[in-house]
Amino acid sequence: MYSELVMEHFRNPRNIGVIENADGVGEVGNPQCGDMMRITIKVKDDILEDIKFQTLGCGAAVATSSMVTEMAKGKKLDEAMDITNQAVAEALGGLPPAKMHCSNLAADGLQAAIKDYRARHKA
Amino acid sequence: MDRVVYMDHASTTPTDPEVVAVMLPWMSEQFGNPSTMYSLGLRGAKVVQNARESIAHTINADPEEIYFTSGGTEADNWAILGVADAHSKKGRHLITSTIEHHAVLESMEYLEKRGCEITRVPVDGGGLIDPEEVRRALRPDTVLVSIMYANNEIGTIEPIADIGRITREAGVLFHVDAVQAAGKLPLDVEELGVDMLSMSAHKFYGPKGVGLMYLRKRTRVTPLLHGGGQERGRRAGTTNVPGIVGMAKALELADNRMAEDAVREAALRDRLWEGLSAGIEAIHLNGDPVRRLPGNLNVRLDGIEGESMVLMLDMEGICVSSGSACTTGSLEPSHVLLAIGIPAEHAHGSLRATLGRSTTTEDVDHFIKVFPPIVDRLRQMSPIWCENCVCKQRN
Repeated sequence: MYSELVMEHFRNPRNIGVIENADGVGEVGNPQCGDMMRITIKVKDDILEDIKFQTLGCGAAVATSSMVTEMAKGKKLDEAMDITNQAVAEALGGLPPAKMHCSNLAADGLQAAIKDYRARHKA
Repeated sequence: MDRVVYMDHASTTPTDPEVVAVMLPWMSEQFGNPSTMYSLGLRGAKVVQNARESIAHTINADPEEIYFTSGGTEADNWAILGVADAHSKKGRHLITSTIEHHAVLESMEYLEKRGCEITRVPVDGGGLIDPEEVRRALRPDTVLVSIMYANNEIGTIEPIADIGRITREAGVLFHVDAVQAAGKLPLDVEELGVDMLSMSAHKFYGPKGVGLMYLRKRTRVTPLLHGGGQERGRRAGTTNVPGIVGMAKALELADNRMAEDAVREAALRDRLWEGLSAGIEAIHLNGDPVRRLPGNLNVRLDGIEGESMVLMLDMEGICVSSGSACTTGSLEPSHVLLAIGIPAEHAHGSLRATLGRSTTTEDVDHFIKVFPPIVDRLRQMSPIWCENCVCKQRN
């Protein structure tokens, strides 16, 4: 059902955990829907220096969470904001049609974290 | 890992080698169509008649009351749509429960969209139906009551004989989806007081693609499939000779070893539950602790989602299923778990293991050994585990 790359990210998710004293926190999804994600970020000079996630959900939810952290790490905030759910799914070699909605969590979570950072650091 | 621990017998079972052996000749040299006039075909007709008699004997029916189908889904659809159509002058009200298989529930929804009224009787926290609820739901225009014998997810065994007495007294037809019960529980259509009953061979170590409907004599049901005179003109389609022969053999074998299998599987299931509940915190049993199928275990785990557990267990060679939305093919978790009062966020964290003939003590112990680290790993990844987890509540 899942591509080998999706399973690889599910088996060995990158950047799992929580950053203490994070500069931004993004939380999307809802346990009632069966999937939820929390992303914490560390920002330095407008660059995503570190990023970690926690995800409750299916194989696709975990794999897209892992992939989005990998895609975003080291990027400028504006570039990271431009990562779409579609791009995350494509980077994983696609997802089964019934699972496309799971990929919505990942980029949404990242964007929520960046927005949180920007709200906290308004000049 | 090469080892495979198959614990999804409610989904399907391996065909018994003895069953395969009796089927094979009817796919090769004895390939004739039973609806022909020459001896090659007529030998098939004879063996199908023997199968019909053997199955009828097992469930205490007449051979003329057995109608072969492509499986449980067809039998369920046929019973519901066929009765609704044939009895539409009497009324358009049907009764079922909230925890039926989708083959029943979606047939009911199909009728509902076309003007029928459906009453879905509720279940208690263990999944049990109160027969009095069925009595209260009966109306002068009720044409059918359809209730499952045993639930496919949580294994709850319903009080079919009690419901059968009520429907008989009221003169209303009673259909029972016995797909999960066949081969595991005694089926006597007279004792149960049923008018129609569905079965599927692959659930009791028979082949896939064959099932049957028991249809009491003089019960009016409109055919679902049209096109040939097979099954006394009530179910068209070339007779599935190897499938039917295999199903009859599988039912005979299951009937002979029923009591022995039940004791063994229940003991293994209890060992599994004891082992898991001793080694994992915040794990809960779903369904009735006593009135359930012997090999059925259904649990939920706080803070994690079902599909991720299924995928991780698969890496250890263990085949199980879940009632989470991700595994039901929709955005909703299992309707059965919701019906027994489990909130959606917990239903997503459910896991079903159904044991069978091949299950060994080693299989159970392997599961007990590999599952706790998987749970730990998924909980470490979970954003909700440390908010509502027992570790916090305990402090």
